[in-house]
Amino acid sequence: MKAYEFERRQYVIAGIALLVVVAYIIRLAFLQLVPNDYEEISRNNAIYNKIIFPSRGSIYDRNGKLLVYNEPAYDVMVITREIGDLDTLDFCRTLHISREEFDERMAWIKNTDKNPGYSSYSQQLFRPQISSADFLVFQEKMFRFKGFYVRERNARQYRYPNAAHVLGYVAEVSGNDIAENDYYNAGDYIGKQGVERSYEQVLRGQKGIEVLLRDARGKIQGKFNDGLDDQQPIPGKDIVLSLDIELQALGERLMRGKRGAIVAIEPATGEILCMVSSPTYSAFDMVGKERGEKIMNMLKDPDHPMFNRAISGTYPPGSTFKPSQALTFMQEGIIQADVTSYPCTGGFRYRNLKVGCHSHPSPLSVKPALSTSCNGFFCWGLYYMFGNRSKYASVQDAMTRWKDYMVSMGFGYKLGIDMPGESRGMIPNAEYYDKHLNRWNALTVISIAIGQGEVTLTPLQIANQGATIANRGYYVTPHVVKRIVGGEIADSLQRRHYTKVNSAYYEEVVSGMRGAVTSGIGTCRGAQNPWYEVCGKTGTAQNRGHDHSVFMGFAPKNNPQIAVAVYVENGGFGATFGVPIGSLIMEQYIRGELSAASQTRASAIANRSIY
Amino acid sequence: MVTRESNNRGIFLSLDWFTIGLYVILLFWGWFSVCGACYDYHHPDLFSFNLNSGKQFVWILTSLLLAGALLLIEKRFYYKASMVVYVMMMLILLLTIFIAPDTKGSRSWIPIGPVKLQPAEFAKFAVALAVGKFMERYGFRLSNYKDFLRTCALFLLPMLLIIGQRETGTALVYLSFFLVLYREGMTGSVLFAAFMLVVYVVVGVKFGDEMVTGMPASLGESWVLFLSLLSTLFLTWRYCKDSRLLAGAAGYSLGFTLGAYLFSAYVIPFNICIVQLIINAGIIVYLGFEYAVTKSYRYVLIILFLLTSTFVYYTCDYVFSHNVLPVHQQTRIEVLLGKNDDVRSAGYNVNQAKIAIGSGGFSGKGFLKGTQTKLKYVPEQETDFIFCTIGEEEGFLGSAGVLIVYLLFIWRLIILAERQPDTWGRVYGYSAVCVFLFHLFVNIGMVLGLTPVIGIPLPFFSYGGSSLWGFTLLLFIFLRMDAERNFKQK
Repeated sequence: MKAYEFERRQYVIAGIALLVVVAYIIRLAFLQLVPNDYEEISRNNAIYNKIIFPSRGSIYDRNGKLLVYNEPAYDVMVITREIGDLDTLDFCRTLHISREEFDERMAWIKNTDKNPGYSSYSQQLFRPQISSADFLVFQEKMFRFKGFYVRERNARQYRYPNAAHVLGYVAEVSGNDIAENDYYNAGDYIGKQGVERSYEQVLRGQKGIEVLLRDARGKIQGKFNDGLDDQQPIPGKDIVLSLDIELQALGERLMRGKRGAIVAIEPATGEILCMVSSPTYSAFDMVGKERGEKIMNMLKDPDHPMFNRAISGTYPPGSTFKPSQALTFMQEGIIQADVTSYPCTGGFRYRNLKVGCHSHPSPLSVKPALSTSCNGFFCWGLYYMFGNRSKYASVQDAMTRWKDYMVSMGFGYKLGIDMPGESRGMIPNAEYYDKHLNRWNALTVISIAIGQGEVTLTPLQIANQGATIANRGYYVTPHVVKRIVGGEIADSLQRRHYTKVNSAYYEEVVSGMRGAVTSGIGTCRGAQNPWYEVCGKTGTAQNRGHDHSVFMGFAPKNNPQIAVAVYVENGGFGATFGVPIGSLIMEQYIRGELSAASQTRASAIANRSIY
Repeated sequence: MVTRESNNRGIFLSLDWFTIGLYVILLFWGWFSVCGACYDYHHPDLFSFNLNSGKQFVWILTSLLLAGALLLIEKRFYYKASMVVYVMMMLILLLTIFIAPDTKGSRSWIPIGPVKLQPAEFAKFAVALAVGKFMERYGFRLSNYKDFLRTCALFLLPMLLIIGQRETGTALVYLSFFLVLYREGMTGSVLFAAFMLVVYVVVGVKFGDEMVTGMPASLGESWVLFLSLLSTLFLTWRYCKDSRLLAGAAGYSLGFTLGAYLFSAYVIPFNICIVQLIINAGIIVYLGFEYAVTKSYRYVLIILFLLTSTFVYYTCDYVFSHNVLPVHQQTRIEVLLGKNDDVRSAGYNVNQAKIAIGSGGFSGKGFLKGTQTKLKYVPEQETDFIFCTIGEEEGFLGSAGVLIVYLLFIWRLIILAERQPDTWGRVYGYSAVCVFLFHLFVNIGMVLGLTPVIGIPLPFFSYGGSSLWGFTLLLFIFLRMDAERNFKQK
């Protein structure tokens, strides 16, 4: 039979089947057994990590007044596929937008070049942050606007316009933020400036993740792995500032129309009671859609309202520096209180060198020298210290010793305040002068004794000096956060720093500063009041333009509650602005209110504009 | 003549339970795969009639009933009815073109009540019956070209009708009948020539734009010309053994080709394809001479083969550079050949299928745990791309397992076909073998990115009642025939 000839062809057909199956199994082995990225690609395809944002911590002042909180903001979202018969006119009217804006935004959403995450199945941002009033109307009509949704999220709100520099603000992360910290993704919010920045980790909490399954059209189909891989968000912690918002408001009012800063510290704790930098801006400006534009305008403003002069500005301290000199000279044995007197005949004169001074009795000892702010006395002190070859082998040695005292008092380095942007100021050392001057001695650098020359301090450092004197020899790192609710503030903010000077010498300086307020020739007579004992020191810092008006003081003399520094750029004599502003701050804080007379003075100062 | 009772008891005993066992395994394995593919996160009830898994369960139960019913119908009924069944089926196919509503461009689905049926899926068994019956005829000789052409017409007619329904994929299945004819004695050179033509197209299109290193000649063109020379020489040697001149022709042509290549590579670069064309022309002259001497028509066929081969490349080149094909078909071919890597558009399906299978790893993600398929990243994941679900959820173990069970199934059907007492039964058996093999080859090849994307189902796995019933019909008619193999003929 013929068919037998071809019987062996069954093996050809079976062979083809075998070949196909073997080839496909080999192919499967290459796809499934050779290490590859397919597993990860399929995960990336299907798994959508929906981030659940924790609520950001609120911020309170030291008296428990709410300063910063969260308020729901409403974004209008759209799923383009679901849009049905839309009454565009009514829709636009409800949201107060024009037809052109509507079309423009729709075109933008659908343009995958500009909006790479576009899917007609998932929610797209149509309009961010509509007002609560618009939201209410919109919600009523939403059943008519098919495909449109409202997404609620939290936005920062401020109760007071004050303390904008201390509070800082919250804004979308920058490219740098994302690069530096992989916690953040594009579109996240982060604290910028102030405590929003420095306490970002405390305030923000920890994001949660909901692991969801997303289908090819971008639609969510449920939880991955029954939600076992989800992470709950950890809410941010509330923080309590050491600021007294009433005091802060007064400070800002007094500094209106002036450039400069006020810093007040509770000496025993290092807590900052108010921190004013002027000109400033309203915290209310840091909310809403126009924030970016407002910030850009402020950055262009020649008065730099965004610049926090209180901790970033460095100024010559002028005569407010003199207590540190008195303390150094006494501790080093260069002068003895009530014993050593130096002459001052209209200033410090040595050969051709003259540092001017105003008229007061001469010669005089350290306490009256502080009270009258005698330049001559402190120049002589520095002259004798730097020239003392029995104590110091060279002027460099003396300079180094001097610098060590200054550093121990918190000058020349950052104090370590819990805010970003602190400056260190400038305390020159021997190497500095060796480098910049051929030959130098006490006379060459004599102006550092009176807080001029190379010496610069931040207003914070000046206030901290006041706190150190009030404490008779130590300071606690100044800080603006008093307490974290459910947390601890850093140990470094609670540590006492002792200076190199005995507290006995501080008593001398305290009585000298008290004398400046009480004696008839004192520079701070304006700070005298019937309620408590104020100690003060003025400064009139020389400057290329008009002199700066400076004041440093604390009160009461015993068990001080507040130390304050006031710096008014181009304000003239210390007594002109520094003393009255400083006294008003102290009065407000200690008495809790201003007397009628003080109210009048405060208004007068607030209304004086000097730039 | 045996009585009906003993007849049916005999059937029960002589049924091939091994094949039935494999059929049931494939059926339920298929159901689990459909469950994985159509799982809905919001409605996790797999038996719900809203889901394809629930519907498929009903299709499976009805298929089992159908199988049981088919086993009761005697072979002689088909013997008598096969031509009537064939003609009716062709009429239904023709009618379908006109009455079927347009479904995604296809006119092959007829809605009957709540379900839609696809007659093209049922036509296979009818064609197999008719082809077998025709070849059983007294005096039928496949080498007789009239008989050969009539046989071909029997399966090319439904193919044309189905193309008319815009179901090219389903139509191509009928090409597998050529493999049946091969078993029955059709010359193997037809299969060889067909295979070589596919090779030319693949090589020509894939390497058409590349240059041979260091010379101004297209790599694809040069290879196609060289391969057609080699296969011509092979055919001449295999089918015209008495040729004394063959060794000389082979030596000269290969020698010239090598010489031209070396000259172009080391002396002066030129387009060696011109030399290759001249050599192929020379071979044609030589074959023509042999024909003149021997008068053997085989030389003419070989000349035709060589001419076709030589021009295949130029045709493909023309088709691809002048956009003769519709764009989607052209890109499908380009994607398959690795010339188009755009995973977002044309290559999307194949790429997502690869991701699904690759992500399954050795043992898979587990039943209902696959994400690629369920979340619809893989298109047609319940029907044509069902193998992705197996790859993703059952891994290498499951997908290789399916292939091996299929291999056993086909191997068993070959044994069954070979033991048929008559040509009719054998041809019918081989028709089933070749149809299953073709579906396996094209469907899984498409999912693995080895064959073009041709939409045909994976038997017993892909969701769909028509195909499940169609394959059950095809298989169980054969199993009943096989069970009667020991009965006395008529």
